[in-house]
Amino acid sequence: MSTAQASYYDRRGIMGTLGRDGLLQIILIANTVLMLAPIIIMVFSAFKTTPQIFQSPFAIPDFTQVANFLKIWNETNFLRYLLNSFVVTGASMVLILTLGTMAAYALGRYAFTGANFILMFFLAGLTLPLKLAIIPLFMLMRDLSILNNQLSLIFVYTAMGLPTTVFIMTGFIRSLPSELEDAARMDGASEARIMWSIMLPLVRPAMVIAGIQNVVPIWNDFFFPLVFIQNDDLKTLPQGLTNFMGEYTTDWGVLFSGLTLSAAPIIIIYIVLSKQFIAGMTSGAVK
Amino acid sequence: MAREHSEGIVAQLSLRGIRKRFRTTDVLHGIDLEIGDREFVVFVGPSGCGKSTLLRLIAGLDPISEGEFFLNGHRMNDVAPSRRGIAMVFQSYALYPHMDVYENMAFGARLMGLDKAEVESRIAETSRMLRLEPLMQRKPRELSGGQRQRVAIGRALVRKPDVFLLDEPLSNLDAALRSDVRLEIAKLHRDIGGTMIYVTHDQVEAMTLADKIVVMNAGRIEQVGSPRQLYETPANTFVATFIGSPRMTLVDVTRDGDRLGVANGGSVATGALPPGSAFKLGLRPDAVQLQRGQGGEGLTATVVYTEYLGDNAYVYARLADNTLLSARTTPNDLFAPDELVTITVAPGAAHYFSAADGRRLEP
Repeated sequence: MSTAQASYYDRRGIMGTLGRDGLLQIILIANTVLMLAPIIIMVFSAFKTTPQIFQSPFAIPDFTQVANFLKIWNETNFLRYLLNSFVVTGASMVLILTLGTMAAYALGRYAFTGANFILMFFLAGLTLPLKLAIIPLFMLMRDLSILNNQLSLIFVYTAMGLPTTVFIMTGFIRSLPSELEDAARMDGASEARIMWSIMLPLVRPAMVIAGIQNVVPIWNDFFFPLVFIQNDDLKTLPQGLTNFMGEYTTDWGVLFSGLTLSAAPIIIIYIVLSKQFIAGMTSGAVK
Repeated sequence: MAREHSEGIVAQLSLRGIRKRFRTTDVLHGIDLEIGDREFVVFVGPSGCGKSTLLRLIAGLDPISEGEFFLNGHRMNDVAPSRRGIAMVFQSYALYPHMDVYENMAFGARLMGLDKAEVESRIAETSRMLRLEPLMQRKPRELSGGQRQRVAIGRALVRKPDVFLLDEPLSNLDAALRSDVRLEIAKLHRDIGGTMIYVTHDQVEAMTLADKIVVMNAGRIEQVGSPRQLYETPANTFVATFIGSPRMTLVDVTRDGDRLGVANGGSVATGALPPGSAFKLGLRPDAVQLQRGQGGEGLTATVVYTEYLGDNAYVYARLADNTLLSARTTPNDLFAPDELVTITVAPGAAHYFSAADGRRLEP
């Protein structure tokens, strides 16, 4: 009886065979495949002609066949769109991170009356679907006479990005040990220097998180340029790409190569910066 | 702050009626304290007694609510922390995590406006003294606890302050390292000769390091004095029980001629007595002698347990009025639990405190 029981308990289930970590690995690998598949198909399709895409959507293409890319380069305004996207996204990110970090620093480090109200005010921005306000926004931009001007996009994106940035940064800045600040004050650092030389280097991981959180939707945004920008020379990438979508009676190959090119900068930024927020910057500062 | 070597005085601190209030809570209730030049002063007291708060007021990190603080005769209440000539070593070390050891030490020195050569020579001197040279390029996270501690001290030294403040600097170190660093701090004080103020809740650190101990409790100073003064003539029951380990036992006694009696527990002669008929008798473990069995002259007690420490042993016994008393014995003279004993006191070895307010009474 005891041997039978022992053998029953000795039977190893899937957890026993793979272990908890093994099971986790399987889930993570499956997730990776799921996430990467569309991107890989997009890249593959960029090297195919439209008939090839429909005949063998998953086949590995001939990577020397770059006709689609040449077509984009020569026959569309791609470079212009790319540059516009860079200008709009770059300016918005600079504003979001500068203003957001400064606001969060004040909210996180200094106790003053109304601090909580201001934080709540910022957070209220998270709950507002900005697209609902498109008609008033349109009228506002018209009255400011910045319709058909990239400023309109930069303003809207900055307003859109500030709530999350302030939210992420305030929490992070609050968690920094106050003894560091005291130490710097004893060393004779001014408030500005404490922020710049001591605190900001330590909140870099949070800035990267806030940055990535904002850069992707701004780079990919289609809605606001569609409403605010009519001039072809000012269009951003997503908006520009749809432009030639209709023109070529949807040349899927060209469209995919355009998408590949437009996704590339974000993917590169992500890969470059991912080390930043994985590294724990504060470890060892304060025991 | 310029050092005034010519006059021979480096730093003299004077605290007058210092009070600190956080919103409506009073944390310090009027601190008056004089700290002399080159003294090693230790603030000691239980958690929440206000000793760290007082240190932060001296540093200038928190504003003083009431009262005045003078350093070498200059009023310091409204002087910025960095202009007081004071450096502080924090409990958590508070090293800048993104800077290497050299940068950590250079940061404050550069902000003082020293030229590059001076900064370098000071850092070289300090790092040699603290044996930090091989670590100069490391980040704080790559250092051990003791090394971080030395860097934190080094960062303070580079500024050549008149006064050093140390806020529980040993509390993050393990026991073995703690006594090493304690010795190093004592040596450091001898070598650089500045005034040091050291905060701790550990009475062993206080006793071993201090020229002068300031015992604090609930926002007040209980007693100021040398370690010997505090141990031998504690001003009240708080100091008496706080200093010394195991703690002094306090027994409520009533006077009966030249003997002191415990309710239903016998009586004992302790030598000269202060006036009055009822007071608290303070007995340190070494003032007490134990005899096996009962019936003789002395206080009757029952042994609760014995702590064997190798070189000696402590016996804890319960008196008739339920007071737990500690007594030192030799390791050859151990007592079993529940053994009945009689307690006598060496003449002149006892302390007497007022039963009403706990103040010391002199015989």
